[in-house]
Amino acid sequence: MDRTKLRITNYALLALALLLVLMGMFYETAFAQDPTPTDDEVNRIAKQLYCPVCENTPLDVCPTEACRQWRELIRLQLSQGKSEEEIKQYFVDNYGARVLSEPPRTGLNWLVYILPPVLILAGAFILFRSFREWTKPRAVEAGSGPEKEAGKASPRDEYIARLEEELKNRK
Amino acid sequence: MLPEFGYGVLLVSFIVTVYSGIAAVYGVTNRSASLVESARRAQLLSFPLITLSSLTLIYLLVNNHFEVSFVYEVTSRSMPTYLKVTAWWGGQAGSLVFWSWLLAAFTSAVTLRKWDRDAEFLPWVIVISAITLAFFLGMVVFYENPFTRFWLVNGGVEPAMFPPSSTATVFTPDDGQGLNPLLRHPGMIIHPPMLYLGFVSFVIPYAFAMAALITGRTDDRWIRITRRWALWAWLFLSLGLVLGGRWAYDVLGWGGYWGWDPVEIAAFMPWLTGTAFLHSVMIQEKRGLLKHWNMILVILTYALVIFGTFLTRSGVLSSVHAFANSPIGPFFMGFVSLSLIASVALLIKRWPELKSETEMKSMLSREALFLLNNLLFMSILVVCFWGVIYPLISELATGQKVTVGPPYYERATGPLFAGLLFLMAVAPLSAWGHSTVQTLGRALWKSFAAALVVTGILFATYTQNVYALVGFFLIMLVLSATLHEFWRGARARQKAQDENFFTALSRLMGRNRRRYGGYIIHISMALMAIGILGIELFQTETQGTVAQGEQIAIGDYVVEYRELASWANQGEGVNYTRAVVDIYENGIYLGQLYPRIDYYFDSQQNMTIPGQRSTFRDDLYILLVDWQPVSTIGATFKIYVNPLVNWLWIGSITFLLGLIFAAWPDRDPADEPVRRKVTRDVRQTSAAD
Amino acid sequence: MTETTTPKRGVPLWAQIVIWAFIAGLLVLVGVILSKRQQGTVQPGDKIPDFTLPLFSGYEYEGKSEVRLSDFSGKVVVLNFWASWCKPCEQEAAELEEAWQFYKDGGKVVFLGADYVDTEPEARAYLKKFGITYYNGPDMGTRISQLFRIRGVPETYFIDPEGVLYFVKVGPFLSVDEIKSIIEQKLQ
Repeated sequence: MDRTKLRITNYALLALALLLVLMGMFYETAFAQDPTPTDDEVNRIAKQLYCPVCENTPLDVCPTEACRQWRELIRLQLSQGKSEEEIKQYFVDNYGARVLSEPPRTGLNWLVYILPPVLILAGAFILFRSFREWTKPRAVEAGSGPEKEAGKASPRDEYIARLEEELKNRK
Repeated sequence: MLPEFGYGVLLVSFIVTVYSGIAAVYGVTNRSASLVESARRAQLLSFPLITLSSLTLIYLLVNNHFEVSFVYEVTSRSMPTYLKVTAWWGGQAGSLVFWSWLLAAFTSAVTLRKWDRDAEFLPWVIVISAITLAFFLGMVVFYENPFTRFWLVNGGVEPAMFPPSSTATVFTPDDGQGLNPLLRHPGMIIHPPMLYLGFVSFVIPYAFAMAALITGRTDDRWIRITRRWALWAWLFLSLGLVLGGRWAYDVLGWGGYWGWDPVEIAAFMPWLTGTAFLHSVMIQEKRGLLKHWNMILVILTYALVIFGTFLTRSGVLSSVHAFANSPIGPFFMGFVSLSLIASVALLIKRWPELKSETEMKSMLSREALFLLNNLLFMSILVVCFWGVIYPLISELATGQKVTVGPPYYERATGPLFAGLLFLMAVAPLSAWGHSTVQTLGRALWKSFAAALVVTGILFATYTQNVYALVGFFLIMLVLSATLHEFWRGARARQKAQDENFFTALSRLMGRNRRRYGGYIIHISMALMAIGILGIELFQTETQGTVAQGEQIAIGDYVVEYRELASWANQGEGVNYTRAVVDIYENGIYLGQLYPRIDYYFDSQQNMTIPGQRSTFRDDLYILLVDWQPVSTIGATFKIYVNPLVNWLWIGSITFLLGLIFAAWPDRDPADEPVRRKVTRDVRQTSAAD
Repeated sequence: MTETTTPKRGVPLWAQIVIWAFIAGLLVLVGVILSKRQQGTVQPGDKIPDFTLPLFSGYEYEGKSEVRLSDFSGKVVVLNFWASWCKPCEQEAAELEEAWQFYKDGGKVVFLGADYVDTEPEARAYLKKFGITYYNGPDMGTRISQLFRIRGVPETYFIDPEGVLYFVKVGPFLSVDEIKSIIEQKLQ
């Protein structure tokens, strides 16, 4: 199911790309006459892509021969007037989603973006509830002896209290 | 002969370790003190045994015994002796021996301490550490034997420990493959040992926590005993991470220090839980709260250490750091499952007995803020864990490999780190037990104002980037609030004791080293954050191919290519290609830099060594990417300007100092009175604390 | 101290279920991935499932721009994985072509090249440089490589006329004779 969805979006993107190319026809000649794209222009795109055969290496810093070829491919496509998005899409279509620095937001991949915030919120909620639970009994026992003692349970706390006390005296 | 000897000793130490574990269990269940003592001695014996085996391995490494496959894989004749020694941990098999050796050293040190008051823990601490050690030794003995040799059998060569057939003879290659050049950097020589030390020393708090759970003696005792261990473990782990970053910056040639690579994250995750533990443990000590939580954190830290090691060594994850596919996978998987299931089952069983002794009083009390800090650390952990695990899920579920890279982590953890910075500024000012908005506000407003002023100045002169401004504001808040704490304390003491300011300051810090060491660490974190913000938000780069005498401009800098030379050093087995560039800033000549490419003949690999110029303001970082081999006229350079990154390293150094200040043993922490009842009784005598 | 403020309470059942489910799930996930990683390449004796290889233009099979393995049933199939960025592949490129020329007209053997994660311009240049003429196509998305669980390039898989794998060569061939001798095993 995901795959068909992916395919549909791919076609949609392809159609869009085609449209853009058609629209850009008039400008195309202007682009084509541009000198070869500079290394910086290539790297700007390569930075956002990952080497398809190495593990977790961005394309702009990957030293292998294969990566050098991919950078040249980016340069070639840039000189053909392709846009950044088109080039990235070309890489995804050819080498799979792993070339992107983040999973594309489709299907199962949404889990990547949804699960951590959900868990963090759940954690915050549990913590908040525990707070409430912990602070509640205090109201009942307010002012009882043990609490005051708890405040100076260890010599170190006493020291802090004293430090605090001294500071107050100073003012 | 020597390989057999080394292997034999390893085998004996494995048997001894297994014996010590079994004897300890048997001794404690049958109340046999002599059996427990026997287990203790067996435990102590493992360290010298593994040392002997390691020395054998080092001897083989240093003396070019290439008939041993491990020696063949990690050394070559051209390597200097010190590198041959460090090749010990340069490959899977050797590093497992190294790991076992460290673990044996730590467990022996623990076993040698005075046990009179904690005799009931002893057998179980032995059991837990023996299981862990036996497991690592088992991997070496059965799966990744570093003493395996090459044998000539029927015209073919095969590696085996013992002669595969009666006619087989030992085969000795002329030269080894040599250590991976990436691992020949000084940073890499100490980075793995530090990381392993950190990993291994977290086993000790875990062993005590388990002992406490098993014996049911779940008061604070185990925390008292292990908190300093935890601090040292944390020190080594932090150091390992920082050195790894520095190594990446100097050697990997991508202008950065941290790539959110799964293997890096696997080492970072125990650091997160360890840091959370160091904070929450204080709440248990001071307030008797969170006993469950501390247990969870210790177990989690240990589990992440083991799980992370498993992921990187079994080939489940692969990356620049990972070891090649290895047969230890299933065995390791069994151990991971066993330790995870056993610890969780034990914790659930003892859960009701771990009860809090007091309650939380106020949402603004220090313990409440510490809990918030723990929540943030756990959140970062969730983000990291999920980022590492999700690609595996995707691969299984859809067959599609995906990369979860820096943008995901940066976006998700950025606000969490910002929250941590804020807590770092606020929490030390709040009081245990009780604080109100007024007391906190009174303590904080000056620092707040100072940070605001600095941020305003930065806005006017340096940057209008919102993220950067928020970040700098928080950093300034931490710095000013923490420094103010030092000042406030010292001034108070100065008044009360009539000392001069610096005496007051040093005595104040000496009186509570953990507290003020912690503040130094907070300051260091803020300094490191400056570096991280700088390189993350303001890094610029350019790349270009130029002829001799031509220039490349980047920001205020101009880089002029002077010349290039390439020569081979046969003795070192390296071909150096070194470029000379002049650098100018705003037209002023600053000096020369020498980016180079080192080609290692034995491993046929290139290393790109940047030319760097570091100042407090920024780093100019130049890489030689390519050159025309025919003439040396043209060369391609990649140039980064990394603003403020030096503060990351400065912060690391003060961090280290602060940690040592906090963790340096003054006297046996276990001799300190147990909290609560005992404390009250001896309060008179311990008033000097 | 208020020792008894919190009643003795175990971990709630739902939490226990969640925890154990999480641990079980994690271990299963990692275990399955591990066994996947530990699996070597497809082994001789395995029946190879049918797959489709798109072909580079100029390297078509009977005018079709893609081939299926089943198109070649009854023939020995030599499937070679290569890439233009792969240095060892260059060592065997000429040998493979020579072997192809030897068997081409017999009609009993077919050579297939699968270009593993590569760029088309470089791949074409490579094919041209070594004068390769047998059917060749891209496997950029590693669909076919994953099917064979290849460990790297070059690797060559020999499939018998019944579609069963009978030999795997990891690394480059050293000579034409080596290739021929493996093929001959199934031609008798």
